[in-house]
Amino acid sequence: MAFSGIAKTTGKLAVVVVAMFAFVFVVMVPLYNTLCQALGLNGKYSGKQYEVVQAKVDTTRTVKVQFVAVNAEGMPWQFQPMQASIDVHPGAVNTVEFYAKNVTDKDMVAQAVPSFVPAQAAQYFHKTECFCFRRQPLLAGADAKLPMQFIVDQALPAAITDIALSYTIFDVTAMDKADQAVTNR
Amino acid sequence: MSNQHVGEHHHGPAQGFTRWLYTTNHKDIGTLYLWFSFAMFILGGSFAMVIRAELFQPGMQLVRPEFFNQMTTMHGLVMVFGAIMPAFVGLANWMIPMMIGAPDMALPRMNNLSFWILPFAFAMLASTLLMDGGAPNFGWTFYAPLSTTYAPPSVTFFIFAVHIMGASSIMGSINIIATIINLRAPGMTYMKMPLFVWTWFITAFLLVAVMPVLAGAVTMMLMDIHFGTSFFSAAGGGDPVLFQHVFWFFGHPEVYILILPGFGVVSQIIPTFARKPLFGYASMVYATAAIAFLSFIVWAHHMYTVGMPVAGELFFMYATLLIAVPTGVKVFNWITTMFRGSMTFETPMLFAIAFICLFTVGGLSGVMLAMAPVDFQYQDTYFVVAHFHYTMVAGAIFSLTASVYYWLPKWCGRMYNETMGKTHFWISFVGFNLTFFPQHFVGLAGMPRRVPDYALQFADFNMMSSIGAFIYGSSQILFLFNVIRTIRAGKPISEPKVWDGAQGLEWTLPTPVPYHTFTTPPEVK
Amino acid sequence: MYLKAKRLYQLALGPVLLLLSLVATNAWATDALPWRRRFQTNLTVGATDIGKQIYDLHMFVFWICVVIAVIVFGVMFYTIYAHRKSRGSVAAHFHESTALEIAWTVVPFLICIVLAVPATSTLLAIYDTKNADLDVMITGYQWKWKYEYIDPQGNNVSFFSSLRTPQSEIYNEEAKGQDYLLDVDEPMYLPVNKKIRFLVTGNDVIHSWWVPELAVKRDAIPGFVNEAAAHPIKTGIYRGQCAELCGKDHGFMPIVVNVVSEDEYNTWLGKKKAEAVELKALMEKDFTVAELVERGKGVYDRTCVACHGANGEGGVGKAIAKSPIATGDLKGHLDIVVHGKPGTAMQAFAGQLSEVDLAAVVTYERNAFGNNMGDKATPIDVYKLKKGQ
Repeated sequence: MAFSGIAKTTGKLAVVVVAMFAFVFVVMVPLYNTLCQALGLNGKYSGKQYEVVQAKVDTTRTVKVQFVAVNAEGMPWQFQPMQASIDVHPGAVNTVEFYAKNVTDKDMVAQAVPSFVPAQAAQYFHKTECFCFRRQPLLAGADAKLPMQFIVDQALPAAITDIALSYTIFDVTAMDKADQAVTNR
Repeated sequence: MSNQHVGEHHHGPAQGFTRWLYTTNHKDIGTLYLWFSFAMFILGGSFAMVIRAELFQPGMQLVRPEFFNQMTTMHGLVMVFGAIMPAFVGLANWMIPMMIGAPDMALPRMNNLSFWILPFAFAMLASTLLMDGGAPNFGWTFYAPLSTTYAPPSVTFFIFAVHIMGASSIMGSINIIATIINLRAPGMTYMKMPLFVWTWFITAFLLVAVMPVLAGAVTMMLMDIHFGTSFFSAAGGGDPVLFQHVFWFFGHPEVYILILPGFGVVSQIIPTFARKPLFGYASMVYATAAIAFLSFIVWAHHMYTVGMPVAGELFFMYATLLIAVPTGVKVFNWITTMFRGSMTFETPMLFAIAFICLFTVGGLSGVMLAMAPVDFQYQDTYFVVAHFHYTMVAGAIFSLTASVYYWLPKWCGRMYNETMGKTHFWISFVGFNLTFFPQHFVGLAGMPRRVPDYALQFADFNMMSSIGAFIYGSSQILFLFNVIRTIRAGKPISEPKVWDGAQGLEWTLPTPVPYHTFTTPPEVK
Repeated sequence: MYLKAKRLYQLALGPVLLLLSLVATNAWATDALPWRRRFQTNLTVGATDIGKQIYDLHMFVFWICVVIAVIVFGVMFYTIYAHRKSRGSVAAHFHESTALEIAWTVVPFLICIVLAVPATSTLLAIYDTKNADLDVMITGYQWKWKYEYIDPQGNNVSFFSSLRTPQSEIYNEEAKGQDYLLDVDEPMYLPVNKKIRFLVTGNDVIHSWWVPELAVKRDAIPGFVNEAAAHPIKTGIYRGQCAELCGKDHGFMPIVVNVVSEDEYNTWLGKKKAEAVELKALMEKDFTVAELVERGKGVYDRTCVACHGANGEGGVGKAIAKSPIATGDLKGHLDIVVHGKPGTAMQAFAGQLSEVDLAAVVTYERNAFGNNMGDKATPIDVYKLKKGQ
């Protein structure tokens, strides 16, 4: 009796162990990403498709949007916003540009990662077009003006009067090569 | 009563090294675990001595900063995974079958395996010290990206070592759960189990739940480092903060894994020397279960400064404060157990009382640390270092030391030298407090942890701390000497009850405990 | 074999007394520091209202803990004294009391609530970063800080702030100064009585920007921006350190914040802006080797010495004395300093040092430590290299 009991207990516990290992990958990671997206944490908000309602520009409110550029370690590009901040009305479509220049003598690929302050602004900040949606290649010595088009939601809480948006630019040349090698295979 | 066990089919242990290599006897394996963990305690302790020697004075004297970081990392890893955890598994192996009236552990061959993979894990971990680029240098919490993109090449060996330790702990805890569920003697209901068994039962469930999470975390690191994934790298769409969440989801239950069996040990020792039954047995069990449950929902209190939304901060702060309630219940129960007892103060009792005092100090500083707004000033300072050494050293290590003095006479049928034991206690007690109490002060005054050098205003307290550490460290030599002397030349004893106030099945067995016990289960009324 | 207890105590006492006497003669610190700072045992009240609130909360929870400890230990020590066998105490047999057990579950719970209420309001105050008068972007680097004052017109002022304590003090070749390890080459300046918002991020690994007097500690996480605010109400020099293990020199990247009057702040900011203009002008100047070497030594001692050694003997980094790079092709030497060497600890200094400083440090390395190249790099060379020409 004891033996079959032991086998049963051991079997159940082994299932728990496997389940907890899987839990990390299939629950914790996606759940964390979902939570971050829902709350706009760490710039992760991708959000639902935003319906552009041009007519409903709320001209009674002005929100200051600041732009900040950060180079991650080992990223030698010049990278800066072309305007430090702009004042926008919720609902209006705005376009800003970032300037990037590959100052090295090698072709490189970059990825910009956004981050919002305050974090909850992320869910009210709709990018309709952004250089951060995809990796940006630049040939050696080349430069580019990278556009971003966005709308601040009319539903933005009144308490938020200014938003800072930072982009950190990473060198993903090696990662990009590896990915292409996989696709070409 | 005890004589019925003598004279049964006694084939003793095999001789020589193969006895230990092939053994499936719970007592042999327990002994192996205990000696191994003591060796690791000395190794991890010697790393701590290097740390304290460097911090003896301001300025860099003995080591370079990069080596200092390897020392803090290895000290933490070896003490947590090599010293405290295997030591409690060793005690569980020795005592649980004897306490519940079982002939052995439920899975003896797996028991052998779970021990014998440990030396390989730690040999691998220790060998990184000799590798190019040095040993892991990113702290025992190994936050990404310092432990991934910026790690030394030896990180891969570290990951495999952690995997093996994890496998060992998981097997060990499955074995313990299977033993407790299936092999209790007739009449030994759950609510009659000694508290040491109960705390281990709950600890084993915690281990089964969170060691796989640790395995998952290091696997993700491995994939980020070698297979191009980006779980923890912002460049590829990952997030370094995710690592901290996964790690502390493991890490917080882990710190209770390190302390709950210690609660169990103290709950055995205090009634023995107070000659009075444990006060509030049922509430002790419920409190342990409550602590274990709460440990799963407080992990982010280690991360108050990462920039969580304020709602998250508040949730984790409230949950963390709640832990004070069941922990308080335990402390009050122990003290009430002593109240109106008939106390004597042999070495195990001294360590157990010191445990209660110092663990309470650590618990109270824990309440302070739980307060999120104040933690903005405490986080990552020596105040935290002081706090967790009060719980881990005065908690886990003191309770382990107490249990060795308490059960060693039973195991080997020889009495340790009481004078030497008491001397060991007082040197340890003074050394420990001299080491860690001043660390509260430097922490509050603004000294960050994990720094190889510090500003001049921290010099005096750091020197005291180092002196305390050398005292505490060297007192362990006396401990080792006393244990070896006891085993080889201690005064022989033969009363089943080594301590006149002791209660429980293990004290019905002959002294020294025969190689096989309870081959026919005892009847528990 | 049986050691006498007395002899053991004596054995232990000797070294203890010897070591304690060392503390008493802790001479190097005594000279430099007032007694009060040497034996500071508590949190700072700080220079902000939030800091005061945190301090009060800290003292509140501390005194509650003290009261609990006094009661618990009081009962315990009484028990230890009174209920010992040697005093003839006979063990009672009670082992439970529902009322008592409920009481000591409920009372701690109530204490928790008493603690949680003020903690919540202070936390909400800490999280209020709205309506700041000034934004400063803080970026943690291995192992220095970069401060960028965000200007509404886009004329941001930015500079690096790194440890000023020389290696000779750290390695005990010289006496340690009063601000040992807590001094930087370029402190951060802030105006008093203004609300400042810090945007905190990391360049490489996670750091944590901590100034106890400002009651700000925020993790600097690469890829993400955190925010914190401070409203200093007292002028003064406030020192802090990195609070998250970030690699080799985690202990050597202090923070110094000078909180000054608004006038002084504006003067400083104006000077910083002028410096940027001046730097541009320097680019056009023709430097002699000697001028560059002199400037380069300063840069080297701040920036390179940690890895390459005070005499160019190497350490984490390669040796510079007689190295094939520093005695080889000038362009190659410049390239490695400006762009770094990927996959090694040698980082790209293009973004961290000005053109003049880069030219100076390269010239210095070629003409010091027994390297006698006699040639020089000019700011124009650096500028061209940076622009990829």
